[in-house]
Amino acid sequence: MEKWYLMTIVVLIGLTVRWTVSLNSYSGAGKPPMFGDYEAQRHWQEITFNLPVKQWYFNSSDNNLQYWGLDYPPLTAYHSLLCAYVAKFINPDWIALHTSRGYESQAHKLFMRTTVLIADLLIYIPAVVLYCCCLKDISTKKKIANALCILLYPGLILIDYGHFQYNSVSLGFALWGVLGVSCDWDLLGSLAFCLAINYKQMELYHSLPFFCFLLGKCFKKGLRGKGFVLLVKLACTVVASFVLCWLPFFTEREQTLQVLRRLFPVDRGLFEDKVANIWCSFNVFLKIRDILPRHIQLIMSFCFTFLSLLPACIKLILQPSSKGFKFTLVSCALSFFLFSFQVHEKSILLVSLPVCLVLSEIPFMSTWFLLVSTFSLLPLLLKDELLMPSVVTTMAFFLACVTSFSIFEKTSEEELQLKSFSISVRKYLPCFTFLSRMIQYLFLISVITMVLLTLMTVTLDPPQKLPDLFSVLAGRGGSSL
Amino acid sequence: MAAFTIAAGTGNWFSALALGVTLLKCLLIPTYHSTDFEVHRNWLAITHSLPISQWYYEATSEWTLDYPPFFAWFEYILSHVAKYFDQEMLNVRNLNYSSSRTLLFQRFSVIFMDVLFVYAVHECCKCIDGKKVGKELTEKPKFILSVLLLWNFGLLIVDHIHFQYNGFLFGLMLLSIARLFQKRHMEGAFLFAVLLHFKHIYLYVAPAYGVYLLRSYCFTANKPDGSIRWNSFSFVRVISLGLVVFLVSALSLGPFLALNQLPQVFSRLFPFKRGLCHAYWAPNFWALYNALDKVLSVIGLKLKFLDPNNIPKASMTSGLVQQFQHTVLPSVTPLATLICTLIAILPSIFCLWFKPQGPRGFLRCLTLCALSSFMFGWHVHEKAILLAILPMSLLSVQKAGDASIFLILTTTGHYSLFPLLFTAPELPIKILLMLLFTIYSISSLKTLFRKEKPLFNWMETFYLLGLGPLEVCCEFVFPFTSWKVKYPFLPLLLTSVYCAVGITYAWLKLYVSVLIDPPVGKTKKQ
Repeated sequence: MEKWYLMTIVVLIGLTVRWTVSLNSYSGAGKPPMFGDYEAQRHWQEITFNLPVKQWYFNSSDNNLQYWGLDYPPLTAYHSLLCAYVAKFINPDWIALHTSRGYESQAHKLFMRTTVLIADLLIYIPAVVLYCCCLKDISTKKKIANALCILLYPGLILIDYGHFQYNSVSLGFALWGVLGVSCDWDLLGSLAFCLAINYKQMELYHSLPFFCFLLGKCFKKGLRGKGFVLLVKLACTVVASFVLCWLPFFTEREQTLQVLRRLFPVDRGLFEDKVANIWCSFNVFLKIRDILPRHIQLIMSFCFTFLSLLPACIKLILQPSSKGFKFTLVSCALSFFLFSFQVHEKSILLVSLPVCLVLSEIPFMSTWFLLVSTFSLLPLLLKDELLMPSVVTTMAFFLACVTSFSIFEKTSEEELQLKSFSISVRKYLPCFTFLSRMIQYLFLISVITMVLLTLMTVTLDPPQKLPDLFSVLAGRGGSSL
Repeated sequence: MAAFTIAAGTGNWFSALALGVTLLKCLLIPTYHSTDFEVHRNWLAITHSLPISQWYYEATSEWTLDYPPFFAWFEYILSHVAKYFDQEMLNVRNLNYSSSRTLLFQRFSVIFMDVLFVYAVHECCKCIDGKKVGKELTEKPKFILSVLLLWNFGLLIVDHIHFQYNGFLFGLMLLSIARLFQKRHMEGAFLFAVLLHFKHIYLYVAPAYGVYLLRSYCFTANKPDGSIRWNSFSFVRVISLGLVVFLVSALSLGPFLALNQLPQVFSRLFPFKRGLCHAYWAPNFWALYNALDKVLSVIGLKLKFLDPNNIPKASMTSGLVQQFQHTVLPSVTPLATLICTLIAILPSIFCLWFKPQGPRGFLRCLTLCALSSFMFGWHVHEKAILLAILPMSLLSVQKAGDASIFLILTTTGHYSLFPLLFTAPELPIKILLMLLFTIYSISSLKTLFRKEKPLFNWMETFYLLGLGPLEVCCEFVFPFTSWKVKYPFLPLLLTSVYCAVGITYAWLKLYVSVLIDPPVGKTKKQ
């Protein structure tokens, strides 16, 4: 069968799953006074449409920053403005200043869900399709299967189409960036990635690998000749894109500072809620959030983060390669997620995207990690009454990965890329030949645990700390491997 | 979970397909459901709370029991599971009761009963050998057939969105067809008899079964030129077939015969007080007839041939289901439709009798019977097109000519189901699923038969492509024009007539191909 027919079918399946998930509830549905992320996005449309640019990030009588103040970079604001224009055309009540607070209706939900679908269709999905088509050294069938698995990744679908967010825009731009940089269209790639950062500042998790890879490329071309030219061109592209996005906010120093303050709220603590990273799990045993003073927490997280990602980045500078770039993306994003400051549980998506990219290289581990990452979002999804879609999409994703990659046959040491690790262990423990078996059993145990924990959280009434802790440990286990 | 991993991990594509579509059905749970949801809830309540003598008399709700007794018993069994979900749904007085647990129970019951359909598809795949075009899995006829049946768009939206229980009923039909292919005629006959007592719409295809079983089972051998050998008639087989049908009917209708309720049951099953057409005209011959009548009356009014005072006011598609008089052309009575249907079925029956071609010939006759009944029947539902589409899927993977007819029939038939889902949130779903199924069916069958001449000529291609603009006009452009107030039925009328053209064309083409097919010397080995 010709490639594009199959790819179209894969995209249609992805879109169908997305839309059927969107029929369910969203975050904060029917829960005054604060509602949830859905209301936040609607509120931003209201603010950006009705107020002048200068007031978007400032506290005023018209713009109460305590009620879902803008805390994403300007591109999000522009996107909200665009949606607001469409909303005004359909029904101005949706974005009327002050009076539209907490507005909920079927028509409005349809509108909001459609905006997510359109953004996804324009940015993320073409990036995935193009990425899979450009993969090297694998058959057409595997490329299409890869696209299916990436498009079916439950975490992104459930957060964007269930909980309600626009992660597909920033992740899509980042993916375009990866695509551009891997195919040697460095300027376009860096432009796309700058757009991603200017959409959501969490994309900074991915910035170091981009920087190191491009720097490595410049070094490779020789800093005296072509490399230097490339470096200058890249710097200009980055500066130009930032200036273009932030133009209205560069007019006054106070504007720029206020935006930065909203983007990086260092006043909040080390972490909020329950999130599957080191500090939260550590907190269960030793209440570091309460013990240590704020600035020590900042320094500690900074140090740990950078120490953990330094080796990979240095290697990337010295030996820039596409494959190394992707793996460095994974490890950097993971380091940031595990050790950084004020990490949200939704930030696991920033790790999941690079893992999706290496799905074809280490299918077993990637699938395991992606399943666990979805599971770690469970407490959030349960709050939004998304249990059924999350279970179904997880099973669908698992089914797609298993049939596409036959992952259970690919657990030999070579395929897990742990050959050198196991050889070195075998120097000390000669009988350590059962690594693949062990990993398979671990996987089975983790899956059973996830299922049991899901059942427990649903059937038992009082909220338990245990499920979150377990997802934390499981996530760390999967990621450390 | 273990079965999951084993089935999927060992590369068993059939389980993966079945599991995949089941997961999709679970995702469709929160979609819009029609009044059929309340219909089935009401039947659960009736069969659970009332004694058998009341089942066909109960009329608290407008949705009275109008399926044969086996379906009533099926609802009775379901109701015993339902009471663990929500006791309130079993109260006859709780009209339009739809708590979340009720919804969950009903949806899951449909998904669960589809297991029978999956099994039937599995058996049908065993009956296909097909050509070995390529070694690729996705090019094998078995694979294509499984997708065409398991992921059938019509079945998905009628069963899992609109809400009905067609899945397992079609499973029974496909299973009986498969048994006939496997020469297990008694089982096939038994299954079909049971099916008739679940939903009597399958009477449409009963003539095909009757004639085929008589001709190819009761007459055990043929002469060398294929014609009938009268002395090979086997009384034993006829009697045993008759006994099977009699016993099944006795089991089903016996209790009501004993209660002297048969007339009441039949009046519920065959309500002829309804009009020629449903509120939305099924795309059959009568839709074209109605459209022609309307066009002629408009022309007649313009050219002053008709007196405006003589024309009835109510429009046929204003949603009222009633007796309707035609203006220019003669009115149609139920008897007229019956006669037309019988005339339409007769040639295919004759073919089946005089030129038997084994189970494949039977299948073609069955499809023709279903289509002819759809074309000329009284008060036909557009959902009845599935009766022709599903059996024809089996034919489509074996011959290029059948594939081409199948694609026209299926694309048009599926499109004609669009008006069933008229709510805004379901619009993307129906468009996406339709595109999915259409693109897959066309591309896979084209690849399967790539060595033969192209499947469509330019006329057919244009017609099928015209469905796109039609959809855009009806659902995206029309609601914003001024015509929406003056002629609210226009999109339905256009859809109906456009699809009727396609379905009529497919019907005629299939008929021609059956009639001009040369008779075979010996019964083919299947």
